[in-house]
Amino acid sequence: MENPDNRTEVVLLACGSFNPITNMHLRLFELAKDYLHETGKYKVIKGIISPVGDAYKKKSLISASHRVTMAKFATEGSDWVEVDDWESSQNEWLETLRVLRYHHQKLASSKSANSLQSAAPLIKRGRKRKQEANSHNPVKKNQLIPETKGIPQLKLLCGADILESFGIPNLWKLEDITEIVSNHGLVCITRAGNNAQKFIYESDTLWRHKSNIHLVEDWITNDISSTKIRRALRRGQSIRYLVPDAVQAYIEKNNLYSPESEDMNAGVILAPLQKYARSCKQEQTLI
Amino acid sequence: MMKSRIRLVLLACGSFNPITNMHMRLFELARDHLHQTGRYQVIKGIISPVSDKYGKKGLVSARHRIAMAQLALETSDWIHVDPWESEQEKWTETVKVLRHHYNESLRSLQFKKELRRNNWPIERATEDFLSSLDPVSPELKLLCGADILKTFSTPNLWKEEHIKEIVEKFGLVCISRAGSDPVQYINESELLTQFQHNIHLVTEWIQNEISATHIRYALSKGLSVKYLIPDSVISYIKYHKIYTEERERKNKGDLTSLS
Repeated sequence: MENPDNRTEVVLLACGSFNPITNMHLRLFELAKDYLHETGKYKVIKGIISPVGDAYKKKSLISASHRVTMAKFATEGSDWVEVDDWESSQNEWLETLRVLRYHHQKLASSKSANSLQSAAPLIKRGRKRKQEANSHNPVKKNQLIPETKGIPQLKLLCGADILESFGIPNLWKLEDITEIVSNHGLVCITRAGNNAQKFIYESDTLWRHKSNIHLVEDWITNDISSTKIRRALRRGQSIRYLVPDAVQAYIEKNNLYSPESEDMNAGVILAPLQKYARSCKQEQTLI
Repeated sequence: MMKSRIRLVLLACGSFNPITNMHMRLFELARDHLHQTGRYQVIKGIISPVSDKYGKKGLVSARHRIAMAQLALETSDWIHVDPWESEQEKWTETVKVLRHHYNESLRSLQFKKELRRNNWPIERATEDFLSSLDPVSPELKLLCGADILKTFSTPNLWKEEHIKEIVEKFGLVCISRAGSDPVQYINESELLTQFQHNIHLVTEWIQNEISATHIRYALSKGLSVKYLIPDSVISYIKYHKIYTEERERKNKGDLTSLS
């Protein structure tokens, strides 16, 4: 008897500075998973946290090795969310789309590796497969790999601020945004009264793919931004219960986040802005 | 010579049904604020869950609420749970809980003085030892949300003489979210205005409004509350099957539910 679970498998990918990771970042995953499960159409099988590389040159961004370590501490207590350091170990800054493509490729090749292991004999191209008695498998021409469940969908998980950053000139390439929402999809956590819906309405590109943009409302006013955490730390204030205990301990032990670290990359232009501003091509705008 | 600070204990009363990260955050915020005034040294935090006799709908038994708070506070070195209020025969007014804890602290001070007088060795943690050198009992203040100030004006909710005792003899530390204006509640009350020097207003700039009501709702629907309450409390809730859909339905008085 085949598995009656026809739900689409989903992997959630969150990109960002995670400078530092907070309870709010972790909550995004939980909210997204609950939401997708409640639709009855999806099954979230994995969450990936991909901290941005140092080459992003954002102000106050401390070294990737610290940010990755803190994220790992933070996800120790999770049985489905993990940290991936591929993006952070690249020498140059990578567009979000490239990170999505990388992880999608990784999922695809691991899926085919798994299915090859458990495959029926491979059929060569051009040959018809003999239909066995009582076989439920349809005859397929040109089939190299037996029919298996599809590759999980990889969706970008983010807050509404990321969605709205699509509109900031030179921060995103329009063709990247298009590919993200058409080939992958977005799960965007918003808080009540947010303008996300309006933003989608006002953009032809986003509107066209709105079925692939899931807006999830956070039922708690959760404003634990990394900026505020860093500010509190500079002022000697407690960040307990806003970040996981292990992250707080790590920050304290290593004395991260001082007025000096806040000045990191001060005056430096953000990598994507530098990259796209150089381009002479007349870029289309999102809205 | 360093000016000595006034030693202070924070007491929070409430249902803690269940305890959340926000409850514990209130203590951290209050302590930071009081320390930054330069006048206080917060030496202890006490969580005092209300007794089952309070009769609030959906209140799970005190035994569970105390256990969950204990689990949540395992990693805190200065906040702990006190079961006294929950063990009382009937519901105890807040002022009486304050009086109890203040008397307890006096009693403990007296005891330590006796020990010193008799030259008995005091084997305690450093904090306790240092505090035993100070002849004055620490101040005890009620830690709460600023909406408590608003409830003081609700008819028949508080006795006038209790409010007076709370703000005069003890004091309040009120946490409010950025953008709200708790000062107006003080201005609207002559009593509060008179003792406003004893009402410390603390602004929470990092909004994290985890209402226990929402937590219970989420749990009853099988939604995740991870990172809103400690993992140890989530495990406890699952193991003891509290805040389930069935129990929440019963609490709402749903006549169609089968028991």
